Amino acid sequence: MLAMELTINGKPTTVDGPPDMPLLWALRDLVGLTGTKFGCGTSLCGACTVHIDGAPTRSCSVTLSAVAGKSVTTIEGLASGGTDHAVQQAWTELNVPQCGYCQAGQVMSAAALINRNANPTDADIDAAMQGNLCRCGTYVRIRAAVKRAAEIRRGVSA
Amino acid sequence: MSSSTLSRREFLWVGAALGGGLLVQVACRGGAKAESPPSDAKTAPPNIFIRIAPDDTVHVTIPKSEMGQGVRTALALFVAEELDADWSKVRPEAAAFDPQLGSQGTGGSGSVLDTHSRLRVAGATMRQMLVVAAAQQLGVPASELTTKDSCVYHTASNRSLGYGALADAAAKVPVPTNVRLRKPTEWRLLGRDGIKALDVPDIVHGRAKYGIDTRRDGMLFASVERATIFGATVKSFDPSDALKVPGVKEVVEVKGDRELGVHAGVAVIATNTWAAMQGRKALKVTWDPGPHAQEGSASYTAFMRDAVSKPGKELVNRIGDPDEVLAKATDVIRADYELPFIAHATMEPQNCTAQFSNGMMELWSPTQFPDWAHDAVADHLKLDKSKVKVNVTPLMGGAFGRRINPDFSVEAAMIAKAVNGAPVQVVWTRADDLRHDFYRQCAIHRLEATLGPDGNPVAMRHRFSSPAIDASTGKRGKFGAGESDGIGNHVYRVPNRSSEYTLLDSGVPRGWWRAVNTTHGTFALESFIDELADKAGKDPYEYRMALIDRWVVDQPQDSKDFPFNPARYKATLKLAAEKAGWGKPLPAGHALGIAQNVPDHLTYAAEVVEASVTNGKVNVHRVVVAVDCGRVFNPDGARSQLEGGVVQALSAALGEEITIEGGAVVQGGFETYRLLRIGGAPARIEIHWATNDDVPVTGLGEPAVPPFFPALANAVARATGKRPRSLPIRV
Repeated sequence: MLAMELTINGKPTTVDGPPDMPLLWALRDLVGLTGTKFGCGTSLCGACTVHIDGAPTRSCSVTLSAVAGKSVTTIEGLASGGTDHAVQQAWTELNVPQCGYCQAGQVMSAAALINRNANPTDADIDAAMQGNLCRCGTYVRIRAAVKRAAEIRRGVSA
Repeated sequence: MSSSTLSRREFLWVGAALGGGLLVQVACRGGAKAESPPSDAKTAPPNIFIRIAPDDTVHVTIPKSEMGQGVRTALALFVAEELDADWSKVRPEAAAFDPQLGSQGTGGSGSVLDTHSRLRVAGATMRQMLVVAAAQQLGVPASELTTKDSCVYHTASNRSLGYGALADAAAKVPVPTNVRLRKPTEWRLLGRDGIKALDVPDIVHGRAKYGIDTRRDGMLFASVERATIFGATVKSFDPSDALKVPGVKEVVEVKGDRELGVHAGVAVIATNTWAAMQGRKALKVTWDPGPHAQEGSASYTAFMRDAVSKPGKELVNRIGDPDEVLAKATDVIRADYELPFIAHATMEPQNCTAQFSNGMMELWSPTQFPDWAHDAVADHLKLDKSKVKVNVTPLMGGAFGRRINPDFSVEAAMIAKAVNGAPVQVVWTRADDLRHDFYRQCAIHRLEATLGPDGNPVAMRHRFSSPAIDASTGKRGKFGAGESDGIGNHVYRVPNRSSEYTLLDSGVPRGWWRAVNTTHGTFALESFIDELADKAGKDPYEYRMALIDRWVVDQPQDSKDFPFNPARYKATLKLAAEKAGWGKPLPAGHALGIAQNVPDHLTYAAEVVEASVTNGKVNVHRVVVAVDCGRVFNPDGARSQLEGGVVQALSAALGEEITIEGGAVVQGGFETYRLLRIGGAPARIEIHWATNDDVPVTGLGEPAVPPFFPALANAVARATGKRPRSLPIRV
């Protein structure tokens, strides 16, 4: 067991855990943030996507020791200063989720895309979101909502 | 929830809520259809609870499981419409299992059908009581008051009162015995687009609680090494290395139960999930392989191919004498269709939290059928039923029929009983989930037909074989009727026809996969109808339209769904064809395919798929779905269900296959069990309503699934000239 120092959702946090524990399980079982979901444990479904220093990352496949000193943003911390991220707004506006279990990961992947690409095409969206599985079949709405999020960022009203 | 000073009218109990506010309890039982008076009015206790709290929030507690189908939103909408509630203040809540509540099962696309009319009456009753209470407080006649967004208004004096402030007083008002429901033209929520699904804000902020998010003080986490060979048992195990893993507390054996589908295994219990998984890897288990270790997909396929080449063991139904006509025919069209086992693969792997403490077993289970989980836990652990409590988790991460079975609940209860004291959360890995599902059964269908001079079928024989769902738990008897749903009861005019069934014995557990038996039968039948149209040189849409009529079907089973209405069939098919531009020019290489369902849970659906094949890959460009489900109350939620059904069917049609080798499932992850990803999703899915306000409302969870398979196969056949007759489609 080691005490790892990192920043989670803007707050300096000390996590006591085995260095080889995946960040996913540290977040869920040690820190108490259950918004990040377990789907496969092998980086194939994207349900556990978080941002590490801004980059979308599968938290099931990065160890606690590897994030020491880094800044982790989870779905719980995506909205900043009481304002929802454009992706959260668009997801709500278009009623994207069905069961919602994969959507924390979808939202985090989409937010990372929007943060670096102000006007993504269908091809951009498919490429950025290909790693996020949805069993309920919300893909068509996800495409529309990513574009809507980009509009929100550009100040286009509903 | 309980209430004091109740007064009741038929199926409503009205009173003050403990803790303040107005409480209405409603008895809504399954099968309470449409506007018919409740048959259980005198006897059935309430099972839905609606509370207006002093802070204006409206809490709707429903005995239905939310797995993404939007049931919490849909049922609350009926209440909110008639209550004139502010939608942003409506809060859905899940009911724990209570034997008093009657069946709490969620399945069969029946939730709206079961409850909507009484929920509207409940909302209207509450609204009227709030208005009467406001009239008393404001000293004006009730007739001068209006309501909007959880407030009662007296426009003349420019005064208003919030529902929360009125709720205590309203609870003391005499219960009206006759309330007027709003006309559809007066609706401001029902039937409107853009209704915000109630759980979405929690979902997009990571606040939504699924089964796996259950947290209890002092809880432990377990990972179970289960027998991968179905029916295998633990011969011996050595826990010593597992117990050395930091965080591991205990190792216990889990005895299998074939009837419940609980697998034999060894559970490692630890202070966190990761430690439990690491401990599990360190286990040494030897297995007794049991009776199914020699079974495999190859032997199943060989058995089923042989079975459909001769008369079936069960005659499901017969009209006329198809054998005689086919024997004499000079030109018999024959085609075999083959489908694999498929998995539910819910994004939230199976899990359950259980605690055995002071003789009481409490579960927090993401289950579709808490009733079954409750009774199975009590029976299996020999506990008095009153000593078992099953809480249904607020949300579940997909279900599609997987969470009907009580296996994961019983397994968690067994482990909690062994641990005795601390709550234990059992989390399945993805491999556990894929290898220990209750699979949609594999099946092989052989269809044979001969056509008359007009090109229409004179005789059709449908032989098929599968490991029946109901035989999965060791039951014996006839299974053809249930398995033939969508086959024996179709409405195409064929004067001589039969369906025959032969059971395949298999150790693989089978269960209810979204739309169940119609997922395989519809693929076979609707593909074959296209093949007959080709043979007759006719357009497949026109061919179908001409074959739908009032032919009296020899019913294969007692069915609430009979008789189907040919006019609704035709209207739905016509709508799909028109909206898809059937017969109009398409881009080069693109083709349309059309298919319809046997009304799945009474809902009529027809689909047109536009597809092309390039570089050995099937591309689905556009899917048009036409649906007649009676009136649509929440169009956006309804469209979600149909879009989801299409995408889930597309996923299964192109990539999903569970294969069995040595009595075990081969696929243990998403690298081999290939779900559709966003790049494969259609560019467009269009939903069109065959508006029909004169019939009872019917369900939408399943009907989009079955017709998609043949519609896609028919499109691929037209695009390439090569007909796919097995799933998943390989081109």
